[in-house]
Amino acid sequence: MAEIKNYTMNFGPQHPAAHGVLRLVLELDGEVIERIDPHIGLLHRGTEKLAEHKTFLQSVPYMDRLDYVSMMCNEHAYVMAIEKLLGVDVPIRAQYIRVMFDEITRILNHLLWLGAHALDVGAMTVFLYCFREREDLMDCYEAVSGARLHSAYYRPGGVYRDLPDFMPQYEASKFRNKKAINRLNENRQGSLLDFIEHFTSHFPSKVDEYETLLTDNRIWKQRTVGIGVVTPERAAALGFTGPMIRGSGVAWDLRKKQPYDAYDLVDFDVPVGTNGDCYDRYLVRIEEMRQSNKIIKQCIDWLKVNPGPVITGNTKVAPPSREDMKVNMEDLIHHFKLFTEGMHVPPGETYCAVEAPKGEFGIYLVSDGANKPYRLKIRAPGFAHLSAIDEMTRGHMIADLVAIIGTQDVVFGEIDR
Amino acid sequence: MNQVNDSLIGFLKSSLKVTDALICCDLDEVTLTLQASSLPEVMALLRDSPELDFKLLIDVCGVDYADYPDKKQSNKRFAVIYHLLSMKLNHRLRIRVYCEDDEQPVVPSIVDIWPGANWFEREAFDLYGIVFDGHPDLRRLLTDYGFVGHPLRKDFPLSGHVEMRYDPIEKRVIYQPVTIEPREIVPRVIREGSYGDV
Repeated sequence: MAEIKNYTMNFGPQHPAAHGVLRLVLELDGEVIERIDPHIGLLHRGTEKLAEHKTFLQSVPYMDRLDYVSMMCNEHAYVMAIEKLLGVDVPIRAQYIRVMFDEITRILNHLLWLGAHALDVGAMTVFLYCFREREDLMDCYEAVSGARLHSAYYRPGGVYRDLPDFMPQYEASKFRNKKAINRLNENRQGSLLDFIEHFTSHFPSKVDEYETLLTDNRIWKQRTVGIGVVTPERAAALGFTGPMIRGSGVAWDLRKKQPYDAYDLVDFDVPVGTNGDCYDRYLVRIEEMRQSNKIIKQCIDWLKVNPGPVITGNTKVAPPSREDMKVNMEDLIHHFKLFTEGMHVPPGETYCAVEAPKGEFGIYLVSDGANKPYRLKIRAPGFAHLSAIDEMTRGHMIADLVAIIGTQDVVFGEIDR
Repeated sequence: MNQVNDSLIGFLKSSLKVTDALICCDLDEVTLTLQASSLPEVMALLRDSPELDFKLLIDVCGVDYADYPDKKQSNKRFAVIYHLLSMKLNHRLRIRVYCEDDEQPVVPSIVDIWPGANWFEREAFDLYGIVFDGHPDLRRLLTDYGFVGHPLRKDFPLSGHVEMRYDPIEKRVIYQPVTIEPREIVPRVIREGSYGDV
């Protein structure tokens, strides 16, 4: 019989299961992984360096492009850091809007994760189901900011504008007749909040649909139960946060423990796993979608009855209204200075973190009093998770590697920055 | 949050025997400045002491203070910033370690204490050139294979030194000096006095 030796194999960077541009150098013994050396940085765009050369406001759209499936959560951490250094207060309505969109973002992220993870493991249908619901949520993004993905909606001191009173509707084309269009527009007759409310009313049944495909599925369980087990102690030592550490049974959620914005005013539960394997992390994320749905419902109820300002009235931070600019000299100057020179953030340093869908997303901001950050460090949750892939996959088969990459929910925008 | 920080500062003073000058609490965030030589010892204590209980290392990053206007704290150029979190006691701590030598910044590695520090230290080495003494595998992480320089240093230009293009004559990708002119549309301004204060 021929002697079998260890061999080295290259995985990615153009591999569909590598979720972007991950290159792994695998050291294999047959089909068993002995060691992994991940090579990252193929999507490094130097966001931190660029931010040092842009005004505070100009960097907001860069934040969307970090974790490009949970856009608004990234913006949230960034604007929170600026607000903390500036010491400005955010109107309560803006806080509720942010919480609502953070949770919409969480559902968006988890839907993409679920679809991609299931597709990697071999279930095609889930992907199609998930993208059906993502479409509605991206329409919410579009209605509120004009962009389906990279919204740039949050601003230091609030949000860019109030929620629209009308939901954009489909128009008839040569591909769709009037009757089909009317059917598509059925839930778009009212405001954006009505549209989201309609979504939240039927979304739990959609989550049930995903669960019928996976939760008791024999193949799904064989591929995920007992794969990539991480103990709670080890998860903490490796710097895990978010669903990765909750899957190991640690009830740690920044929304509960260190609430920011209006999270202390809404009611929700934090799901945790027990075994710390891929299956438990799947269950945690599924339950998080249901909890996010619950939070969105509470936000809608509050937002419907409480009108008010959505951005701070401090014109050194937020632009004044158009009407004021036409009659008031000072407001005109503020507007001009804000968009040519930008706001000046007092010297100091701060670290602000939000519970992004993937874990703790933090911004460490050092300011020297200029109109640009002195140093902006982005703490990406996926970075810490991916650094542990060597340990998580050791002794597993190559096929399990794909499941573990899926369960880590890696997105290279934030890892490579 | 203030009470949590007060008790944290109390425990830091009692268990580490540090002076007030090294602890600073600003914007509800506690910062502790340490000497590089005492770092591994103090970090192990921070993790294992039940009153401090920093089981989670959130972040490690470098900072280049070369252009920082206010150099009261230290005249050193490089610092490494650690962010720690305790899940049980729900408090955070920031550690700042200045590198003694500006030319060859060295800080002891803490991979033995938190294995999660591995990539964070590699990143700081890559972007700032800070060497982490005792790191098992200190290679570049984010930049290109064969990259020269440390891009987040303040003296590294935003547009870099080299650019890459496909050369149709040589029929391969080649590197050449950058041809784009750097331009700054909005200049960096620090206003004097209270101008521009919120």
